[in-house]
Amino acid sequence: MSAALRVPVDRDAIERDVWRCLAAVADPEIPVVSIVDLGIVRHVRVGERGDVEVGLTPTYSGCPATSVIRADVERALHGGGHRALRLVDVLAPPWTTDWISAEGRRKLAACGIAPPSPGPVVCPHCGSSATVLLSEFGSTPCKALHRCESCREPFDHFKCL
Amino acid sequence: MSAVLPDRHFLYVLRLADSNLVLAQRLGELIGHAPALEEDLGIANVALDLLGQARLLLAHAGVLEGRGRDEDMLAFLRAEHEFLNATLTEQPNGDFGDTIARQFLYDSWQIELYGQLAQSADPTLAAIAAKALKETRYHLRYSAGWLVRLGDGTGESHARAHAALERLWPHTVELCDPDDIDAAMFAAGIGADLATVRRGWDRRIDETLAEATLERPATPPWRWYGKRGEHGEYLGRLLAEMQVLQRSHPGASW
Repeated sequence: MSAALRVPVDRDAIERDVWRCLAAVADPEIPVVSIVDLGIVRHVRVGERGDVEVGLTPTYSGCPATSVIRADVERALHGGGHRALRLVDVLAPPWTTDWISAEGRRKLAACGIAPPSPGPVVCPHCGSSATVLLSEFGSTPCKALHRCESCREPFDHFKCL
Repeated sequence: MSAVLPDRHFLYVLRLADSNLVLAQRLGELIGHAPALEEDLGIANVALDLLGQARLLLAHAGVLEGRGRDEDMLAFLRAEHEFLNATLTEQPNGDFGDTIARQFLYDSWQIELYGQLAQSADPTLAAIAAKALKETRYHLRYSAGWLVRLGDGTGESHARAHAALERLWPHTVELCDPDDIDAAMFAAGIGADLATVRRGWDRRIDETLAEATLERPATPPWRWYGKRGEHGEYLGRLLAEMQVLQRSHPGASW
């Protein structure tokens, strides 16, 4: 079949659908947020034939979730009917917590993880800013362990990067 | 850019990769054995970052070499004398003072070095360094914070931190002592200016040691050059453990 006889693809519609599929891919370590919320998806490009390229960036160089995320993205997009798929690693500019969306921050706080903030770390349980750092490194590379001096509860803080 | 001296370019990146890889492996030995749960997590997280950076650097080195070696072949199928890590990174974990002093000396160097490499004419190296730099800031905060607590702590912790610095100091000389590969890579805009790195490193060391009430050791008459493949007795055993699976079952994966 010649290219001229192809049904023209609606690249904008495909791109929207790819983003919709990606928004359903949960972060493997913090499943309440999606990889789109975290700003890990750097770009979606749709070619003339409807082929899809997705650019992904790691949060930390050694993040063990990176390969799981790639596999999850492939599964989600194949499931959404996007078969011609290419995943590319994007290293520059380096990922920053500034790319976490407002929605992502809200979801983090709702599950007890203080979202990244350069100022005082606010307790996600009671809202107090009387908090102390217990450990620079928490349960994953991206988090530090804090304790609230008001409600006495320990909590994770998503570190600024 | 790398049309000149591709071999030196490869070796330069390989040195960076090897120092990170060997230190990550050393720190990994402490997982489950650190003095407290928080330190176990801290050390494991630093090791994980260093390993991730090493993987990116090894993969890049393999491309520069152009002989088809990937990150795994470079990590698991080279012999001891082919490893170009600074000997600082292969030193045993010792007590917590030794581990922290080694980490502080390395982090202080890495943050100065990678600050320059983030501007490298090699765009892949620049991207890896820019990313690593953000992680290194946390590593240094951790190691410097602990060195201050140990040095300015009890008589026992002060004495041990002091002894650790004395033991490790001869292994720091090569970090900022340029050889022909360092000079060529700096001239090509790819590598760092080690004279500038040394000034920054000195300043960081002096500031933290002052806060920790620790004295800077005297520069020794002997020195080590792991970056030329000259290692002490410790690296061989570390590699034996790290490489045993791939040596025994080539190509094994899971």
